[in-house]
Amino acid sequence: MLSYIAMRFLRTIPQLFLISVLAFIIIQLPPGDIVETQIQNLQASGATVDQRQAELLRKQYGLDRPVHLRYLLWIGKIVTKFDFGYSYAFQKPVADVIKERMGYTFAIALLSAILTWVIAIPVGVFVAVKQYSLADYIVTFFTFIGMAVPGFFLALVIMYIALTKFGIRVGGLFSPEYMVAPWSWGKFLDLLSNMWLPIVLLGIGGTAGTIRTMRAMMLDELRKQYVMVARAKGLSELQVIIRYPMRLAINPIISGLMWLLPWLFSGGTLVEIVLNLPTAGPALYSALMAEDMYVAGAYILIIGALTSISAVFSDILLAASDPRIRFGGVEGV
Amino acid sequence: MATDNLLIEIKDLHTYFYLAEGVVRAVDGVDLRIKRGQTMGIVGESGCGKSVTALSLMQLVPPPGRIESGEILFYRAVRGNNASTMTEVVKITDLKPNSKEMRSIRGNQISMVFQEPMTAMSPVRTIGAQIMEVIMLHQEVDRAEARRRAIDMLARVNLPNPAQAIDRYPFELSGGMRQRALIAMALSCHPSLLIADEPTTALDVTTEAQILELMRTLQNDLGMAIMYITHNMGVIAEMADEVAVMYLGRVVEQTDVQSLFFNPLHPYTRALLKSIPQLSDATAKKRRRLEVIKGMVPDPYSILKGCTFHPRCEEMIPGVCDQVLPMLIEVEPNHSVRCHLYGTP
Amino acid sequence: MSASTVTKGRPGRKKRQETEVQREEEFYRAGQWQLVWWKFKRHRLARVSLAVLAVFYFVAIFADFLSPHDPLHRFQDHLAHPPTIIRIRDAQGNFRAPFIYGTVKGRDPETFRPVHKIDTNSIHPVKLFVRGDPYKFWGLFPTDVHLFGTGKDAMPIFILGTDSIGRDVLSRIFYGGRISLSVGLVGIAISFILGLILGGISGFFGGVVDEVIQRVIEVLTTLPQIPLWMALAAALPRDWPRVQVYFATTLILSIFGWTGLARIVRGRLLSMREEDFVLAARLDGESEWRIITRYMLPGFASYIIVSLTGSLPGMILGETSLSFLGIGLNPPTISWGVMLQEAQDIVNVAYFPWVLWPVPVVVVAVLMFNFVGDGLRDAADPYVT
Repeated sequence: MLSYIAMRFLRTIPQLFLISVLAFIIIQLPPGDIVETQIQNLQASGATVDQRQAELLRKQYGLDRPVHLRYLLWIGKIVTKFDFGYSYAFQKPVADVIKERMGYTFAIALLSAILTWVIAIPVGVFVAVKQYSLADYIVTFFTFIGMAVPGFFLALVIMYIALTKFGIRVGGLFSPEYMVAPWSWGKFLDLLSNMWLPIVLLGIGGTAGTIRTMRAMMLDELRKQYVMVARAKGLSELQVIIRYPMRLAINPIISGLMWLLPWLFSGGTLVEIVLNLPTAGPALYSALMAEDMYVAGAYILIIGALTSISAVFSDILLAASDPRIRFGGVEGV
Repeated sequence: MATDNLLIEIKDLHTYFYLAEGVVRAVDGVDLRIKRGQTMGIVGESGCGKSVTALSLMQLVPPPGRIESGEILFYRAVRGNNASTMTEVVKITDLKPNSKEMRSIRGNQISMVFQEPMTAMSPVRTIGAQIMEVIMLHQEVDRAEARRRAIDMLARVNLPNPAQAIDRYPFELSGGMRQRALIAMALSCHPSLLIADEPTTALDVTTEAQILELMRTLQNDLGMAIMYITHNMGVIAEMADEVAVMYLGRVVEQTDVQSLFFNPLHPYTRALLKSIPQLSDATAKKRRRLEVIKGMVPDPYSILKGCTFHPRCEEMIPGVCDQVLPMLIEVEPNHSVRCHLYGTP
Repeated sequence: MSASTVTKGRPGRKKRQETEVQREEEFYRAGQWQLVWWKFKRHRLARVSLAVLAVFYFVAIFADFLSPHDPLHRFQDHLAHPPTIIRIRDAQGNFRAPFIYGTVKGRDPETFRPVHKIDTNSIHPVKLFVRGDPYKFWGLFPTDVHLFGTGKDAMPIFILGTDSIGRDVLSRIFYGGRISLSVGLVGIAISFILGLILGGISGFFGGVVDEVIQRVIEVLTTLPQIPLWMALAAALPRDWPRVQVYFATTLILSIFGWTGLARIVRGRLLSMREEDFVLAARLDGESEWRIITRYMLPGFASYIIVSLTGSLPGMILGETSLSFLGIGLNPPTISWGVMLQEAQDIVNVAYFPWVLWPVPVVVVAVLMFNFVGDGLRDAADPYVT
């Protein structure tokens, strides 16, 4: 098991490298270099920039050096000093822009994932056991709808209903009075009261997908002989279901964490933008609109690193849950 | 037949499956008596209702199937005040499948070993956990004691290194070893009846012989009755005391194993016996062609008039066999047959 | 089994059995595609969905004729006009041929916002094949005939209302379908080529190349799609022509779509190299290329289709999301996502909710694609008959 975990961590190193290359490419993508854009911005705000200052800026960004050195310089600063560069769109270091916002984004995604499982696993099991029942058809219908409706559509519709029917402007994570207030119990409760909406909106699609997976897996497992054997032992039907087929059907859900988290980040970006939350998604959006690619690069890098590390955890969980993986056995059952 | 010796009595059992395509009468009037400590062999082609009879006995018929009518009586041994054993009659057909009482019988007094040792255990739990689960479910013992009993049971089924094997996962064992572990699991509560549903079909011949030997030894040691389901006449000859031959959901002949092999009465039994290859055939100069029963098992949805075997029967009496369903009649002492050749009701 | 002695479970069973036997015969002789199609046809929901999608594409293809107005025509007098109701009964309770009422501009007495008030005295019949905004049918034939409308000089018909600058929402949805529905198709075409080439290279050459491609796939599948799409699309030069932006956007949307297919192609190539029929072909002296195209590709064509239809809904939603944010496609290009840009300001939505019409349209399209994909997956599964 320990060697498995070590091997699994080693495998993320090339992944992290590739993600960083991708993030770096994104930073380099826009035509013209960053100094030009910055000079334009400075000039627009009335300042005069002479040739010498421009050169200085170029040197500061390392633009006078070849591309691979620039990459090393960029990644070196990130690894050693947690310095992701400077965002001129936000007028502060990228790390400062992203740090707190990323925390909220991650919290929303994680809570959505938990909500997804809490709902999807029992419902998926139930409809598999009651296959072809009315409940099965109703749930199947809603899962298809849930998978076709992206969270930000729902966000739009809910905002519309809240505004026209109740006169409430939904959005943000904090009520105005807590916006700049220091952390307190009241602020925390306020956060919760605002956070449930993005969590639910985001969770719907994932829940629908997970119910489908869970149902399919359960149907596969229910057909296997060990279920009958378990019944023949004298276990009650509920014990049989929980201890036997469900215990196995849950494995793809555990490995699905790898799929669920990026999916939540992806859909989350839009939900966050629509709901105008002080999270990473809207920051990415406004940075992109201003062609401030350092924020975008940092965002991709951090999200990518987070998801590949969570993939490691889901693999370890899976190995803990399924001895066949732990032992490296591949025998089909 | 003395009643106090009786363990299981099945009277006119009907178990039907209600499918979209029609009703399948998987068990259509089975009568069967199993005595304590005896091995009852049930033999017949696939689809004749052997397994469904067994599942009915456990109240484990999967939907859309259900027991339609008939009685299953279980003569349960109860320890009296003065260490003497008495029997009480439990009518299994009156119990709800998921009821507490039925569950206390299942895996405890009546247990079952299935055909496929490969998929009969959950691959994600150790065999020990799965055996201890039965022990702790039916007996009031703690984990340590359950574990001790499980190891003891694994030793009885000759699993090498039982103390280590208990922590193994099923996929770490060979098919034969898994079947041993499953037998250990089935016997862990010392049942009075073990139902073995083709337990050796998936195994190779050598392993099969070992498992059969093991089951006989354990029967001697523990004194349980065995209901042994198979399509293999050779296994019947080796294992059974009594034999019931089934065809299309009914018992067509029931007798002791000697009479069955030396004096088979029903044409179907005779045809079955003729379809076994024999060693003497191979050594004899004149080789005999293996005989097969003509025709196929009919469409499961159709209802045949008269004796269900008549379309395939060599000795069919037109006007009788295709009109009237024969009854199971005792032709000789302890030898019943369901055939018009031996008198009409 | 003689018929006279057998009482049948159901009348006419024998006849049915015979046709079943014939059907079975056909079944064994049918080619792979025919089998897939038969199984697909049994999937009722998938069949219905396919029909709905056919209607969607039909509407998109003939959008210029089917839509009542030019999607860029700004009706200055009818800004944010609510949907018009086609009536057959007038204010006096008389039945008449389908007509609409004209509207006059007014102000809401409470909010002082401009509103369009129905004028029951101004009646405009709805007619078929009327003359309206001129257009070039498929960019070729100049005409001004539209399927339906009220004709020039009459009150224009806005079935789904108009947006804040007076453009007809229905016409824009019809035209938007051209972009939104084709993005997915072009996207899977690109994914198909990428997946086949990269998966093929990976499976065929193995070694370091395979290792690198596999790692790239791994990274792409663990990355969230929308932020990456956003970053890439935002980097597109703003001054590119519309067609170029369209193709660049689809290329960006395809960046995730190919990975599933490449995995399948690689896996199948690796496993099939060991199979007897490939060995037989090789012994026959067939070239490697011929072996791949003639013997190996047909073996997993169905997997390819399934994998590709699976990524189609994601691409449609991707286009919608990006255009909604104003990254990638932008006006004057019309797509369902571009139309939703109006919904970015929730106050707009509150006063003219009909700008949300693209939402149900996108949802239905995606739902239909999901059903079709589901049906195809079942149909292509060789283990389900």
